Amino acid sequence: MNLFEVRIHGRGGQGVLSAAEMLSVAVFLEGNFAQAIPNFGSERMGAPVRAYCRFSDREIRSREPVIEPNALIIQDATLINQAETFAGISDDAWVLINSSRDLEELGIERYIRNISPARICVVDATGLARKHIGKPIPNAGLLGGFAAITGLLKFESVEQAIMQKFSGPVGKGNVKAALEAYSQLVASAEHASA
Amino acid sequence: MPSQPGKPSQVEGSIAIAHAIAACRPEVICAYPITPQTHIVEALARMARLEQLGNCQYVNVESEFAALSVCIGASASGSRAYTATSSQGLLFMAEAVYNTSGMRLPVVMTIGNRAIGGPINIWNDQSDSMALRDAGWIQLHAENNQEAADLHIQAFRLAEQVNLPVMVCVDGFLLTHAFEQITLTDQEKTDAFLPPFEPIQALNIEEPMSIGAMVGPEAFMEVRYLNASQFDESLEPIQSISEEFAALFGRSSGGLFEHYHSEAAQTVVIALGSVNGTIKDVVDNLRDEGASIGSIKISAYRPFPAAQLREALSQAERVIVVEKSFFSGIGGPLFNDVVRSLENSGIAHYSVIGGLGGRAILKKSLIEIFRNGMEESLEPLSFIDLDQKVITRELLRQRAGSHGK
Amino acid sequence: MTTSTVEFHQTGDLTAGNRLQDEQQASRQSTQQRFNSLTAGHRACQGCGEALGARFAIDKVMELTGDRAFVVNATGCLEVFTTPFPESSWNVPWLHSLFGNAPAVATGVAAALRAQGKSDIRVVAQGGDGSTVDIGFGALSGMFERNDDVLYFCYDNEAYMNTGVQRSGATPPMARTATTPIAGANPGNPFGQGKNMPLIAMAHGIPYVATATISHLRDLEAKVAKAMEIRGARYIHIHVPCPLGWGSEPADTVKLARLAAESGLFPLFEAEHGEVTDSSKIRRQVPVEEYLKLQRRYAHLFGKSADAEGIAAIQKIADTNIRRFKLLREEE
Repeated sequence: MNLFEVRIHGRGGQGVLSAAEMLSVAVFLEGNFAQAIPNFGSERMGAPVRAYCRFSDREIRSREPVIEPNALIIQDATLINQAETFAGISDDAWVLINSSRDLEELGIERYIRNISPARICVVDATGLARKHIGKPIPNAGLLGGFAAITGLLKFESVEQAIMQKFSGPVGKGNVKAALEAYSQLVASAEHASA
Repeated sequence: MPSQPGKPSQVEGSIAIAHAIAACRPEVICAYPITPQTHIVEALARMARLEQLGNCQYVNVESEFAALSVCIGASASGSRAYTATSSQGLLFMAEAVYNTSGMRLPVVMTIGNRAIGGPINIWNDQSDSMALRDAGWIQLHAENNQEAADLHIQAFRLAEQVNLPVMVCVDGFLLTHAFEQITLTDQEKTDAFLPPFEPIQALNIEEPMSIGAMVGPEAFMEVRYLNASQFDESLEPIQSISEEFAALFGRSSGGLFEHYHSEAAQTVVIALGSVNGTIKDVVDNLRDEGASIGSIKISAYRPFPAAQLREALSQAERVIVVEKSFFSGIGGPLFNDVVRSLENSGIAHYSVIGGLGGRAILKKSLIEIFRNGMEESLEPLSFIDLDQKVITRELLRQRAGSHGK
Repeated sequence: MTTSTVEFHQTGDLTAGNRLQDEQQASRQSTQQRFNSLTAGHRACQGCGEALGARFAIDKVMELTGDRAFVVNATGCLEVFTTPFPESSWNVPWLHSLFGNAPAVATGVAAALRAQGKSDIRVVAQGGDGSTVDIGFGALSGMFERNDDVLYFCYDNEAYMNTGVQRSGATPPMARTATTPIAGANPGNPFGQGKNMPLIAMAHGIPYVATATISHLRDLEAKVAKAMEIRGARYIHIHVPCPLGWGSEPADTVKLARLAAESGLFPLFEAEHGEVTDSSKIRRQVPVEEYLKLQRRYAHLFGKSADAEGIAAIQKIADTNIRRFKLLREEE
């Protein structure tokens, strides 16, 4: 597996860091190396937060931010109108956005002009989270979606990563949210070749 | 958390450090919370509550000054003691930092490297541990979280062998809050490596003694000289303990410094801490293009391995020192140490300052800087990704006497 | 035949050992078997109240614990005049770290002993008023809040004596110090808020707080004994006149301590968990002038520029203490 870099955008309190953590655990469980690093300020809830997760079959030594993400996960759609959110994405990047609206309604054409439409996906992860865990924390759903659209992770790895982080009913609920997102997107997304 | 000691796990750096500390069987842990060290001490507090730390006493205090003071009292009473801090907290306990080394107490302290204010800044750079580099503590720096965890185990062993306190420096956020693959230490090997603490002196009933007397002009110089000479002699055990660790645990960390393609390279980059990982990637890229470049990661910053470094650089034509601290008047402290060790060697030297206050150090920026260095078109002092437009504009404004308007 | 009870008045602090009394009533200090925790040869000034207070306090601790106690000392006169390297006049396990951290260091000592399973070894911390009410205040408050098992002695001579008599948070109003000199329109220390350390200790609700003085040494010893029966944070505030800093005769040290107590300026009381439980009654109240006039640090209140208002204000403080702590028998 070549180096694959993910950048996750969201706001404080939405579980952006946990998303990066769980993603890195899922990758680890499949026998690869993963590194997740947060990037935040000292404010608590609501401020923009990002996390970087990169993985590879080789040890990862560098700790620079993810400048050219192979995948972008946007946990909070209110961040989509900021140019930095989309900075550096390569033309074959995946973009996964958490929103209850359609892609057209989001109005982000200018940022994703060069990207294949098949690689840009929207999922209402917050809705799924409300449904399955009663809280608007979309990270698990987005991980399920990520696994589906990139094909880089087995769903079982995502499930295990979630259960390692969250025990009991919260863990199970998160897994359900992830599974529903996964099912929604696996059908419609283009898979990466290995 | 299903992570097994002795096997690789995917954990946060702070958790791995906490696990390593626990395995070292401290008797007193006392720390005051400060970003970015918090996850370490929170994890230890939890372990203490769950009675996973044996007889260890976890004490919550009202300031960093109190935290290190508690460790002073504990260590002077014959107990293995640990604390952790960063930045402002390290400065707040500065008096106690000198007191600890002056009294030869083998306390181990994690520094989650963070910029010193003012202005206030919570992100990573190394100005904090640099500010106290001359306080008589041994200073070790970690490149990645495996090393961060492992260095703490070596630190206790080293401290108690040479009777000097040890700071283990771990880049804030980049290491403390990073999740990566780490093999958590196992208790059996740690116990084999780190015997129980046997203090050279401690408060005790059988032989009452006064510790911390006032030393006047008639004896102070000798005390200082002896402390300094013992400090210098710790270079050897730093290396030998690192080798012993590698032999027992099967993985390398610490020591004085590590070569990365630098034994025969014309250009050698020198740095401390996690930026070495990024530098190694860049070195590989440039070597693929045929460049004669390598890097040296300095693990033991204090005492500074001057003679050893000079010897290691005997084939080099130039060194580029990359560091994350910069002080008015002296510039880069690591650069100053390297230059001194290369006196009269004819080796050219460049000071590169980056990452201050948490500004990211990018591979592409380093590539450009190293290329310039190899072509000798690099300034003697340069800054990575400094916004020159802002600087120029602000200086003009100040000179015109209108700053603040 | 009528009988009458004979009352001995020459008892307690007025004698070292009255042969007509029960041996129990005599202080160990009056015998050859005294502990000498703080032994001869130290370099205190002639008439130093602190040396006297510390000797009694620590000896009592050592007696009660069978020599099983560690002592942590803050920077200050006591530390400086007892440990000029390579000599020490302490016969006990003794640790000095810094000026502002004695309470925290003591916390660490106590934690270490707990970890080692040696909680039978007791921990004592001591410092002057400077380290206690000013620079070490935060650490002391922390120790109180955690209820660490430490007995803290404050030797209060009301200024930073070792560094040259500068004012501290404990310096009383109107007193001359090097930083509250007799100069300008308002000479001496201002009438500020004061910092009543014993009351502050009580506000933390700790198990035991007491004030004591070197004119009532048996009382001091009794309070140490009471404190040592208790586990947790304990605080004893001891008044210790300083002839050099106060500008008094070395021979008057004990007398001054007594006058301070009997004027009401230094109330003697005990408290547990924030409530006053007992106070020593003043036998014969003296006006504050009798106390003040023996000290050159108050000389500006007398003589040519006599300050009747100032003295009256100080008297008011004494009267308030008497009322508040019920120091006179009529008040009961």
